[in-house]
Amino acid sequence: MTAPLLELENLRTYFYTDTGIARSVDGVSFHVGAGETLGVVGESGCGKSVTALSILRLVRAPGRIEAASAIRFEGKDLLTLGEREMQNVRGNRIAMVFQEPMTALNPVFTVGDQIAEVARIHAGMSRRDAWQKAIEMLRLVGIPAPEQRASEYPHQLSGGMRQRVVIAMALVMNPALIIADEPTTALDVTIQAQILELMADLTRRLGTSILLITHDLGVVAENCTRVVVMYAGEVVEESTTAELFAHAHHPYTEGLLGAMPRVGGTSERLATIPGTVPPPTAWPDGCRFRDRCPYAWERCATEHPPLYQIGAGHISRCHLAVEPERRAHPHLPLAAQRGASAA
Amino acid sequence: MTTPVLQRDPSVSVGATPLLSVRDLKKYFPIKRGVFGRVSGQVRAVDGVSFDVAEGETLALVGESGCGKSTTGRAILRLIEPTSGTVHYAGTDVLALGAGPLRALRRKMQIVFQDPFSSLNPRMSIGAIVREGLTIHGLAEGRAADARVKQLLEEVGLRPEYASRYPHEFSGGQRQRVGIARALSVEPRFIVCDEPVSALDVSVQAQVVNLLQDLQRDRGLAYLFIAHDLSVVEHIADRVAVMYLGHIVETAPVSALYGEPIMPYTQALLSAVPAPDPGVKRERILLAGDVPSPANPPTGCVFHPRCQHPARDASCAVIVPPLEEKRPGHWAACIKQPPSQVSWDAQRAAGGTKPPEFFLPRAALHRGAAPAPRPSDLTSS
Repeated sequence: MTAPLLELENLRTYFYTDTGIARSVDGVSFHVGAGETLGVVGESGCGKSVTALSILRLVRAPGRIEAASAIRFEGKDLLTLGEREMQNVRGNRIAMVFQEPMTALNPVFTVGDQIAEVARIHAGMSRRDAWQKAIEMLRLVGIPAPEQRASEYPHQLSGGMRQRVVIAMALVMNPALIIADEPTTALDVTIQAQILELMADLTRRLGTSILLITHDLGVVAENCTRVVVMYAGEVVEESTTAELFAHAHHPYTEGLLGAMPRVGGTSERLATIPGTVPPPTAWPDGCRFRDRCPYAWERCATEHPPLYQIGAGHISRCHLAVEPERRAHPHLPLAAQRGASAA
Repeated sequence: MTTPVLQRDPSVSVGATPLLSVRDLKKYFPIKRGVFGRVSGQVRAVDGVSFDVAEGETLALVGESGCGKSTTGRAILRLIEPTSGTVHYAGTDVLALGAGPLRALRRKMQIVFQDPFSSLNPRMSIGAIVREGLTIHGLAEGRAADARVKQLLEEVGLRPEYASRYPHEFSGGQRQRVGIARALSVEPRFIVCDEPVSALDVSVQAQVVNLLQDLQRDRGLAYLFIAHDLSVVEHIADRVAVMYLGHIVETAPVSALYGEPIMPYTQALLSAVPAPDPGVKRERILLAGDVPSPANPPTGCVFHPRCQHPARDASCAVIVPPLEEKRPGHWAACIKQPPSQVSWDAQRAAGGTKPPEFFLPRAALHRGAAPAPRPSDLTSS
């Protein structure tokens, strides 16, 4: 097997705040293969967005990527690159699509100018060529009448159109990897369908890899080949999408799947995960999910679970891997015993 | 534009007296131009909406941003004043009430907002927030009020000793519980839930959905549940009304609407929901373009420029489709989905070239897809 396009190894990004050290990303390892769409799922505060920012080295003080972390991309360790080389990677080789297209675009420049700027800075194109490139990109992402649209300002476009513009900007340099951080969360469901279809089409045609960060398991199911589930700054489960949905191993993943109402599903009571994600300044010892877990036992309080191999390409950070008989005896999780909403 | 006023309740069983009855509700916002604020146009946010909510039932109002669903919810409570139409609550004409009687009525009609961060006063303790309604409506004072606040907090799954804490000390899900406790404090019979779980994470969302269902069962509450998430709606609603550009385009009991959506917009909306089953490769109806501006809505059927119905023709741009009963209890606004009171002759006279023909694309169907195995419901909140 050839080396993956992107490989994170033991990535740790800590924030040194007044209230303590927030270990937002705490030893994350995964890889993205060429032409692959990898989904990263988790709830707010699990560290998925900080992981994305870390890859591009866009973490600001008081945040810091800790020593012994490694981010290998196309054979280079991004953490050892100089700022100039890093700028070359950003935009040229790795592009980012953010959640909120209105804040990702500059309101005082036309969308054509903003796309052309990328072409001028990163490819050294002339103004005229860059403008043509901008129109070509707008056409590529399915914006009707791109010649006219290029001269419009972001506020003149709808949310879906703006997200297409952001994707067009990301694609100008034909990057090897696009990091999409909740690219459709701010959009309506019919527009979300359009944007996801566009992204799938682009990967087919251009062979771009996508790191798709989302909280929506439905989006993952339809778009990703593999999934990484994050909880409390760590990877808790990783597998192919089909395997994850059919045989989720980690109780957190199981809980997420059960909590999700689904169209066409039964209208029985929704399963819930009691309690809330702990703050990143105080991850619990042992297993970080144990207070909310229906299977937790003594071992979970004392021993931090490693990533166990469950099957081919399937890993899970849960002691159930070695004591599977415990699954037969669920109990009320600690967080629920204390009251569903204990702070 | 002529919007038909429903002669009887859309899809409420005959004989039931509705708790809330809304007829031909309109809310237009003026567009002002220039220094003198000359009114140069109207945004028709809600353009002739009619529906009923029965005692103890949940009616969901769904649609995409800008369709007017939140405006409808607020206009019913007169948090914004409607332009025209009628709203009756248990026989009382809500829109005719003066300030005093309206305030008294608000005891019976409450709202839970979407954003748990901006809907709670950061300078008031949780206890004071929940207690405020009790004081205003003279329901309890002193120790009795304290006891009531504690009881309410427990009821929504918060610890009573949290009464002295402030909103910033709580997570989003907990704040939403506070918002629900506040609404419950005055013992309403009807609550407008305006996207109550949209801002919450999946696991917390499930907790709040379950809480709302428990409270409904225990207290016989009626909900107008405003949401854009169709999977949550299917889970919680008894009936669903789909809105598009200020109009209700389809309304039916939840199983009928999800099982056989009639209006082409509903079909597209349902097909766009990502299915959390990787095995199922679903076809999808991709709508072209965006929702048109409500300041300048399309003529005829408001959905016609984006419609995928094979019989769509020039008459769709001319004839305003009435919301009519296509199946027992299942109302939809589409002249191309038979039966329709707009005859083929009338459609031809309006430039129609394709006769009506029932259309139900496979992509709009969800019941056919086998549900993925669900992890067993082991946990409880």
